[in-house]
Amino acid sequence: MNEDWLYSDKVKEHFMHPRNVLSNEEGFQAGGRGVVGNIKCGDEMVVLIKVDKARGVITDCKWKTYGCASAIASTSVLSELAIGKTLDDAYKLSSRDIAVALGGLPEHKIHCSVLGDKALRAAIDDYYTRQGMSDKVKKEREHIICKCLGITDAEIENAVLEGARTYIQLQERTKIGTVCGECKEKSIKLMEEYKAKHFPPK
Amino acid sequence: MRKRTVYLDHNATTPLHPEVKKTLVAAMKVFGNPSSLHKFGREARALVEKARGDIASFIGAQHEEIIFAGSGSEANNSVVNILYCPAWKGCVGQGGLVKKRRIITTKIEHPCVLESVACVAASGIGVTYLDVDSYGKINTEQLKEEIGKGDVALVSVMMANNEIGTIQDIKSICEITHRNGALFHTDAVQAVGKLPVDVMELGVDYLSFSAHKIYGPKGIGCLYIRKGVPFCPFIRGGHQERGRRAGTENTLGIIGFAKAIQMRGVEMQAEAKHLFGLKKRLKEGIQRNIPDVFFNGHPEDSLAGTLNVSFAAAEGEAILLYLDMEGIAVSTGSACASGSLDPSHVLLAIGTPQEKAHGSIRISMGRDTTKDDIDYVIERFTGVIRKVRGISSVQGERQT
Repeated sequence: MNEDWLYSDKVKEHFMHPRNVLSNEEGFQAGGRGVVGNIKCGDEMVVLIKVDKARGVITDCKWKTYGCASAIASTSVLSELAIGKTLDDAYKLSSRDIAVALGGLPEHKIHCSVLGDKALRAAIDDYYTRQGMSDKVKKEREHIICKCLGITDAEIENAVLEGARTYIQLQERTKIGTVCGECKEKSIKLMEEYKAKHFPPK
Repeated sequence: MRKRTVYLDHNATTPLHPEVKKTLVAAMKVFGNPSSLHKFGREARALVEKARGDIASFIGAQHEEIIFAGSGSEANNSVVNILYCPAWKGCVGQGGLVKKRRIITTKIEHPCVLESVACVAASGIGVTYLDVDSYGKINTEQLKEEIGKGDVALVSVMMANNEIGTIQDIKSICEITHRNGALFHTDAVQAVGKLPVDVMELGVDYLSFSAHKIYGPKGIGCLYIRKGVPFCPFIRGGHQERGRRAGTENTLGIIGFAKAIQMRGVEMQAEAKHLFGLKKRLKEGIQRNIPDVFFNGHPEDSLAGTLNVSFAAAEGEAILLYLDMEGIAVSTGSACASGSLDPSHVLLAIGTPQEKAHGSIRISMGRDTTKDDIDYVIERFTGVIRKVRGISSVQGERQT
């Protein structure tokens, strides 16, 4: 951190001059659209993609974000990362990849403001659905439990498989419920179900 | 308009008054420990006691009713700490306070009060947090009802809120408190030096304030303790401040504090009038240029220099940092900026929906703020909000 700016220079650059901002959704004619977050929690983003069907490559990506500087910068850099990638590669983009592309972000900012990768995966799933390729949709089989951070039941199951046994441990692994906390009861119930499923009492 | 630098975060802290700076520079040669008996010590002692007297008379207190602390936060912690004292030995004033096991405060206090209260609550003290209305005022009927349940040792209500500027009717709140046999504290950190404050007129038992909010140095706070009321030192191990706060006096800070107070006496009244005018201009300018705005706080009973406003579909930290690029310094109640996950507890307490609390900006003007500054701010604000809303995923009829 320096006295001129709160985050890295790359964040500043994307914040001051965001790339690929969506200006006219109808005119864009997206092939897929994904939304994640919730303005009650302080961050929400919409990601739209165009896809070259023959090559399976993202040819354009536009977005809009309600959120802080790092939320804006991270969605902006995500749009650059997504364009030109195959759908499979784009699907693998993580919040870490975004943070790295931005020259680093404070840890607490990664969890609360970097949601663009999730919005992109939602857009890709939406594209598959619209194309009648539902077998490719991954998220469809999952359900978002924590609306603020876009954390799914599959992620809760993974955390249980990796050793989370209490709500605090689940939060340490996934950051679930660390924003508005509305999903606490639901996620504890799911965690208990997965514990019973994978580690039944002897 | 050409780019300029406009500092509008005076509720966070203020620049040193030029007269205070002069006084501090001159006082830097005084290094003696005020407790020393020799010439060096006596010289420092005389300056400290002169400062204490000047500060006391500014708020209508007596000389020995004033103690210095490291900050307004320490002063507030010290008062709440009275309830914590497990031994009640070696304390100044009368004992017996600990027999009562309840404290009443409000939902909009500064975190230094809320967290100290949460700490005493953990030791078994019952705490009641009074609600506030949509302007941030407490309901005295609720206070009467709660205090009427008995066992209340202390009521603590802030005089002027740091985030929304709302001013409470401390005199009547204090009367209700005393009628029910409890002690009364007010956190007046945002009030002293901005509003006329007279402890005799108000009738308060404890009152905290701080130098750096009123163009004095940082690291020096003050606590008024009415003669005869119980007190238990928060910092122990010295006879300083008549045994009420250990530690060698911050001589320089105290001298600077007194000078800042003196200058407040000269400037405060005309400045408040000036700031009310600027606030009106700013509010009208924002209303004229920007749709979907909501002003937070009381329309009249409010600090002259404080304006808190929420913007729909725009997040506070993004607004703050775009304004920063334009040379304008403000603060926000958004969760993102605070490092916590929740937006401002004050805005939530007055019933602001979460999404509007995330989009809130506090503008706090001060003695140097000019009409040109405000016109520049209105102009740049308009552009910044348009930009943030242009990027925002939240849709609505708010593109200007």
